[in-house]
Amino acid sequence: MKLTLWTYEGPPHVGAMRVATAMKGLHYVLHAPQGDTYADLLFTMIERRDHRPPVTYTTFQARDLGGDTATLFKTACQDAVDRFAPEAIIVGASCTAELIQDNPAGLAGSMNLGVPVIALDLPSYQRKEGFGTDETFLQIVRHLAQPCARTEQITANLIGPTALGFRHRDDITELTRLLAEMGIGVNVVAPMGARPSDIARLGAAHFNVLMYPEHAESAARWLETNFKQPYTKTVPIGVGATRDFLAEVSKITGLAPKTDTTRLRLPWWTRSVDSTYLTGKRVFIFGDGTHVAAAARIAREEMGFEVAGLGCFNREMARPIRALAKDYGVEALISDDYLEVEAAIAALQPEMILGTQMERHIGKRLGIPCAVISAPVHVQDFPARYSPQMGWEGANVIFDTWVHPLVMGLEEHLLHMFRDDFEFHDDAGASHHGGAHKPREVRAEAAPAAAAAAGSMPDAGALLDQAVPVVQPSGEIVWLSDAEAELKKIPFFVRGKARRNTETYAQTKGVTAISVETLYEAKAYYAR
Amino acid sequence: MSAPALGCTNTPVLKERGQREVFCGLTGIIWLHRKMQDAFFLVVGSRTCAHLLQSAAGVMIFAEPRFGTAILEEKDLAGLADAQTELDREVDRLLSRRPDIRQLFLVGSCPSEVIKLDLHRAAERMSVKHAPHVRVLNYSGSGIETTFTQGEDACLASMVPTLGTTAEKELLLVGALPDVVEDQAVALLAALGITKVRCLPARRSADALAIGPNTVFALLQPFLGDTHAALTRRGARHIPAPFPFGAEGTTLWLQAIATEFGVDPALFAKVTAAPRARAQKAVAAATQTLSGKSIFFFPDSQLEIPLARFLTRECGMTAIEVGTPFLHRDLLGPDLALLAHGPTISEGQDVDKQLTRARAARADLTVCGLGLANPLEAEGMATKWAIELVFTPVHFYEQAGDLAALFARPLRRRALLAPLAPKMEAAE
Repeated sequence: MKLTLWTYEGPPHVGAMRVATAMKGLHYVLHAPQGDTYADLLFTMIERRDHRPPVTYTTFQARDLGGDTATLFKTACQDAVDRFAPEAIIVGASCTAELIQDNPAGLAGSMNLGVPVIALDLPSYQRKEGFGTDETFLQIVRHLAQPCARTEQITANLIGPTALGFRHRDDITELTRLLAEMGIGVNVVAPMGARPSDIARLGAAHFNVLMYPEHAESAARWLETNFKQPYTKTVPIGVGATRDFLAEVSKITGLAPKTDTTRLRLPWWTRSVDSTYLTGKRVFIFGDGTHVAAAARIAREEMGFEVAGLGCFNREMARPIRALAKDYGVEALISDDYLEVEAAIAALQPEMILGTQMERHIGKRLGIPCAVISAPVHVQDFPARYSPQMGWEGANVIFDTWVHPLVMGLEEHLLHMFRDDFEFHDDAGASHHGGAHKPREVRAEAAPAAAAAAGSMPDAGALLDQAVPVVQPSGEIVWLSDAEAELKKIPFFVRGKARRNTETYAQTKGVTAISVETLYEAKAYYAR
Repeated sequence: MSAPALGCTNTPVLKERGQREVFCGLTGIIWLHRKMQDAFFLVVGSRTCAHLLQSAAGVMIFAEPRFGTAILEEKDLAGLADAQTELDREVDRLLSRRPDIRQLFLVGSCPSEVIKLDLHRAAERMSVKHAPHVRVLNYSGSGIETTFTQGEDACLASMVPTLGTTAEKELLLVGALPDVVEDQAVALLAALGITKVRCLPARRSADALAIGPNTVFALLQPFLGDTHAALTRRGARHIPAPFPFGAEGTTLWLQAIATEFGVDPALFAKVTAAPRARAQKAVAAATQTLSGKSIFFFPDSQLEIPLARFLTRECGMTAIEVGTPFLHRDLLGPDLALLAHGPTISEGQDVDKQLTRARAARADLTVCGLGLANPLEAEGMATKWAIELVFTPVHFYEQAGDLAALFARPLRRRALLAPLAPKMEAAE
């Protein structure tokens, strides 16, 4: 038993959902209790998907346990096939269903459903989400990929992109373009966008581009063994890695590497004198192994940062990340314990964190800027704009993303010069982030003490509270103490508005003393 | 505002079983831990439970939460480790790190229920060990037993046996509301001369509650069936009333209590007139948008029937289907009686069948969970996230306008964005 507050990875069946949701024409029948459907919202809300994930949950309840949950599962399979007419289904159990041992594989296999049934064995109490994506994709490939003739043109499969991935959507576009510039076509992209019938023709490609080892390395190995397809080992994130990737592709295909870098800006942006202030910035890097390895190289070789520490949450990548850390002269942190990561960052006191949305939170607490480089992701990690990590445009995007959280060149100098200035001090934050001005004295004591006492005070609240100007209504309008107390009960993020509205209302009504009554009169007045 | 004689009281209920697109009872921890500021909620479960809490919480809104999951591992299941010993160790570690914690809830989950891990025994043992500083209770928030808000019901019901005893005539308000709303209710009751009022759950464990044969209680939420039963067993008496949503609901709820306490009708009219008028005014603003529109509720929180009553009677909407995960007639009788005959009342869910009905109905507004909202929007239907109705202060007079506005906003937004129609592209 292990106490967990926040998790970097979900259970393995969520990994299977990421694969199923990325694909088309595939349906996942998941033996699971009521409540496990929460996972749908990861896709519909965080990723803003416009379709429900293709998952049928058997939704067994306590009263079913004494009875026949196996029949429930079979009914769910038949209904799913009838309703959604998938080309293939994957079947499996979530953590609770694993305990009741209904054997979804055997049940579905015996049903004669008329479509291929791919059984998943995802041990919920041992493995996690990353294993779930990799294993699910492997099983899909093993069951559906057919031997076939190579395409005439040299083509590659892009394998690894899933639903809920960090910038997977745009990485596909960027890689497709890089390969096209070398005269290489894309045979199949999978899992994202692929149908089971597309998986069947994976073997037609000349090689595989393994985009994200976390999600497709097992499948890449299987295809190498069974279809003699080599796969790329370099993940093309960053300028150097992209060049290495193109060289690797050249070696596999015999085509000359095309390095048309006319749209690459990172090298000049980072050399231009304004970037001098980036020199030696101490960064802490944490995320999935693939993105961390790429980020470390960019940080040191392309941004001129100093890597103060690095690590990953997925144990599957522990070995390469330990080796990498050695190369950087630091100790690798291999952990999925959020508190441990926080403690490591607090001890190292880096000037910036390159992490996941979890580290963004740590950064907020510790007052350290953070840029996101890896899943787990939040809704804001799915930008509307084109925003890849891979290839030349990926390098450009990374430059912008990593520089943005920092206080910029000259401003940083001014902050040093006027360090103790009451308005212009280094606690005030970067001016281009548009945060409200924070007077120095309040923050120094009150916020951290209060946060510590409350134990779980929303940290943004502590900061925003101060952002609300303490209005001393000019002469005429005063807040009676009970109204002031009532106002404090309103959530911080609307309190400023409530105060303004109430005062405006009071002014128009000629009220000079604001009571609780006035507060609510105003609220009703502005209701819409 | 005349009530239809029986409303939906005798409307046959469409009972459905099948895939349910709802949260499990663990989700209630998200608001319960904010309400009880010295409590920690320890789920004994799987990685899925931890992932659910993280996802449902809007992902890490609170930096250091007062909830966590003791994740069962292979060795716990294989019997290689004694789960009770393991749990003791984790709790000791937790309590030593968080000396501010005065109440600990051990929360059962699907896996802990299936392997029959006895959390009641664990709670008793730990209560003895950590007394008097920490009180340890247990309840189940598992999906196999509880749907979404039933988690709060199970939590509050677990507290009832621990309450002290009193012979005083007191009013107990039951249900976790935001402090500001609770204060409003208490202030209104005080203005009516009802001053012996306590709230379950109390904000801090030190605010000792006591009940007895002279306790009367009013429910603030419609999903508190087990708590109602537990209080009744302790001799307390329920004051049936419509739930306090909207001007009408709040007035009727207060009226039921006022009648119980023999409040002078003139005083009642005087105290309620101004806030009631304000509520009506605020609701009227949203009614301009809502009037004449139809609404379809997917089951979510058990708030559906009182909300349908509010929207149809105070906002001029027409209900097509009102789905609820569980229909507790004893508690919802007064609301059902006020809800005009017409809508389908459904209990439970078979989500694909219900989606077929919702698509056929194409209501002007469809109230559903987060898993369904964007997909339905992409099909051109306006939706309202049900979860906001639970996470937003919506009770009593001063929030009536906010409640109506929650439903009006999606429709107003659609009107504003009409030039971008017919179809916005969603994420691939």
